[in-house]
Amino acid sequence: MAAPDISCDVLVAGGGNAALCAALSAREFGADVLVVEAAPSEFRGGNSRHTRNMRCLSDAYGEDEFMADLLRVTGGRTDERLARIAIRASSDAQVWMKRQGVRFQPAFAGTLHLGRTNAFFLGGGKALLNAYYEAARRCGIRVLYNAEVTGLKPCGATVQVGGNPVEIRAKAVVLAAGGFEANIEWLKEAWGDAAENFLIRGTPFNKGRVLKLVLDAGAQPVGDPKQCHAVAIDARAPKFDGGIVTRLDCLPLGIVVNREGVRFYDEGEDLWPKRYAIWGRLVAAQPGQIAWSIVDSKVVGKFMPSVFPPVKADSIRELACTLGLPVDAVQTTVKHFNECVRPGQFDHTALDDCRTEGLTPTKSHWAWAIDTPPFLSYPLRPGITFTYLGVKVDESANVVMCDGTTAPNIFAAGEMMAGNILGQGYLAGFGMTIGTVFGRIAGKQAALAAR
Amino acid sequence: MPPADVLPEGERLMTICNSCRYCEGFCAVFPAMERRVVFKEADLNYLANLCHNCGECFHACQYAPPHEFAVNVPKVLAEIRAQSYRKYSWPFLTGGAWWLAPAFAVPSLAFTPYAGIPKGVMVSVFGAAAFLVLLSWGIGLRRFLKEQTTNPPLRPRAFFDALKDVLTVSNLSSHGAGCTYPSERHSQARRWFHHLTFYGFALCFASTSTAAMYDNFLGRHPPYPYLSVPVVLGTLGGVGLIAGPLGLLALKMRRDRRLVDPRQDRMDFSFIALLLLSAITGLALMIFRATPAMSRLLAIHLAVISALFVTFACGKFVHGIYRSAALLRSALEQRSGNEREHGREG
Repeated sequence: MAAPDISCDVLVAGGGNAALCAALSAREFGADVLVVEAAPSEFRGGNSRHTRNMRCLSDAYGEDEFMADLLRVTGGRTDERLARIAIRASSDAQVWMKRQGVRFQPAFAGTLHLGRTNAFFLGGGKALLNAYYEAARRCGIRVLYNAEVTGLKPCGATVQVGGNPVEIRAKAVVLAAGGFEANIEWLKEAWGDAAENFLIRGTPFNKGRVLKLVLDAGAQPVGDPKQCHAVAIDARAPKFDGGIVTRLDCLPLGIVVNREGVRFYDEGEDLWPKRYAIWGRLVAAQPGQIAWSIVDSKVVGKFMPSVFPPVKADSIRELACTLGLPVDAVQTTVKHFNECVRPGQFDHTALDDCRTEGLTPTKSHWAWAIDTPPFLSYPLRPGITFTYLGVKVDESANVVMCDGTTAPNIFAAGEMMAGNILGQGYLAGFGMTIGTVFGRIAGKQAALAAR
Repeated sequence: MPPADVLPEGERLMTICNSCRYCEGFCAVFPAMERRVVFKEADLNYLANLCHNCGECFHACQYAPPHEFAVNVPKVLAEIRAQSYRKYSWPFLTGGAWWLAPAFAVPSLAFTPYAGIPKGVMVSVFGAAAFLVLLSWGIGLRRFLKEQTTNPPLRPRAFFDALKDVLTVSNLSSHGAGCTYPSERHSQARRWFHHLTFYGFALCFASTSTAAMYDNFLGRHPPYPYLSVPVVLGTLGGVGLIAGPLGLLALKMRRDRRLVDPRQDRMDFSFIALLLLSAITGLALMIFRATPAMSRLLAIHLAVISALFVTFACGKFVHGIYRSAALLRSALEQRSGNEREHGREG
């Protein structure tokens, strides 16, 4: 049990990638550091647990291309100064990470399209966190688990540790406690009751408590408060923490129908890595926030194996029956789709010429008649990865208040400020880049401020 | 967990792992898993024998308990591995081989008051035992291979890959950091103690073989001088065979129990005890060979070695046989897989 009063130079709120980078950097600059992590040790690390790579500048991937990719996905909603800081420091960051014991490996199988732009952590995000926590232990950083921040003050915070309030006095504070994606009530403010049917892909501990505290204290918000990164995942996934294995990438190889048995979007609009992030929102807009991907046996083996087995049937009628969908509607949808398919050369690895004609909505690629039993289906629900709302920071990761002044000794890193750079959209592995770079900046600046 | 549930559990875990794949850089198990889409008993037995139980994948797993997916690959593969030993081993598998040492010692000591153990008896008993051990390995290997429905094409270089994996226990090195054994912290300790055991054993075997050659073909009869080849090899080997198993035992006692299949403890301890006893009795024999205790010590040493022979065929020693076979299969799969991929590119 912790003593009722604790003091330190730098208090880090949060226990994920950005928080640990901040803690280790602050320690490097001589600060006495305390980390307060809301999760128990087994679930420490926030959403970084589920990550696997970070986007990095390299000889093969230059600053201009990196910046162009960012501008494309955000539609220009980015603070270019901060973005360039993150991009430029991403290469050096790897050297620092290796020094902390982080190990890298070639791109994972099934993600080879990221091999040029992203550096993969050996063993994934939890292995990365284990390395950071081990480095923290070695250099004497204290970590409190089950520790929820309930109050922020200019010189510290109130923390509930296992239900007991503890006052922590600190000379500087780094806020790196993630977004509010696991807070269904908060999500309902933007999405209404539909949010009840959302699945949260990451940690149940990202309730946005610290984010709310600092916004209530007058910090300037950035990022769309109503948006979240949502993909379509297997509806049978657990409510929280399902992570990577619940994703499905068979959607472009077949059709997707809603509860009425009707298609609602072009499944073959673009290559899946460029389109998967819109499907959470698409499914969220359907009645009951549910949909079904239907494919036939021709495409089996052309998508990554999934953790839940598909629902199988020898006819579309039987499949619709098993799924509890309106049988006639599904049969009509499939029949009409098959009639509209134009001949072409099917190639699931490229934008092929298999498309439909006279169908609404159209299917632009990989339109192949669904005619070869057994027929397979996977149920889909919106899976929330992260939220965009954060607090404005300057180049020193110093929190900027609504009146434009900076909050003395309060810094933010990771998901809590990623919205400065990623105002909308998503760039694979860039969240980890921002977390690492601004975690290090925040830690260093907090240590300097605490001197 | 009752054995009947182990295979479905293995299939469940491998299905989760195959849609995650974060661990593929750790060891040979995960690339081999990715080359498969279904996980029947033959696949699971193969993967289980590839697994060295280093624990790396458990600590890196976002789905490890208390997560509701409760993924614990090292433990479940250990359980499947034990079951596969029971399935492959001929004539049987036993965990309690160390009991045989005192059991064999009684008749063996009974000889000593008379004329010691006649050389002819010794040679024929151990000759027959060696034959039975080889036969047992042959049958076990055949069972392992027959269970695999497909066989990758033979590539000579894969044999070198596998040999290197066996001799360096590369799967315990985790790219130089060392494996997470006995705890979450990386360490090379287990690998080094395994090396001491393995090479200690090899030196002892070389010592015995040289001595047998001297005795039977070169007409040089024991006792051999302290600086002769058999004695130097045997002494070095004996030291390794004491330090190695002791180290492995110490690590095993501190092993994170979440990753352990407790039903194998008896087999492991039995093997460690017999290796230690054979090294201790062997060294004692060398030190006290000029004393009246010599004939009794020899009787005890031979009893221990006899019990150790039983573990070669029916005990923990078989892990080396099936792991080597699995590593060879993995190397063959990898070689032919690489060729296929290069073919596609070209």
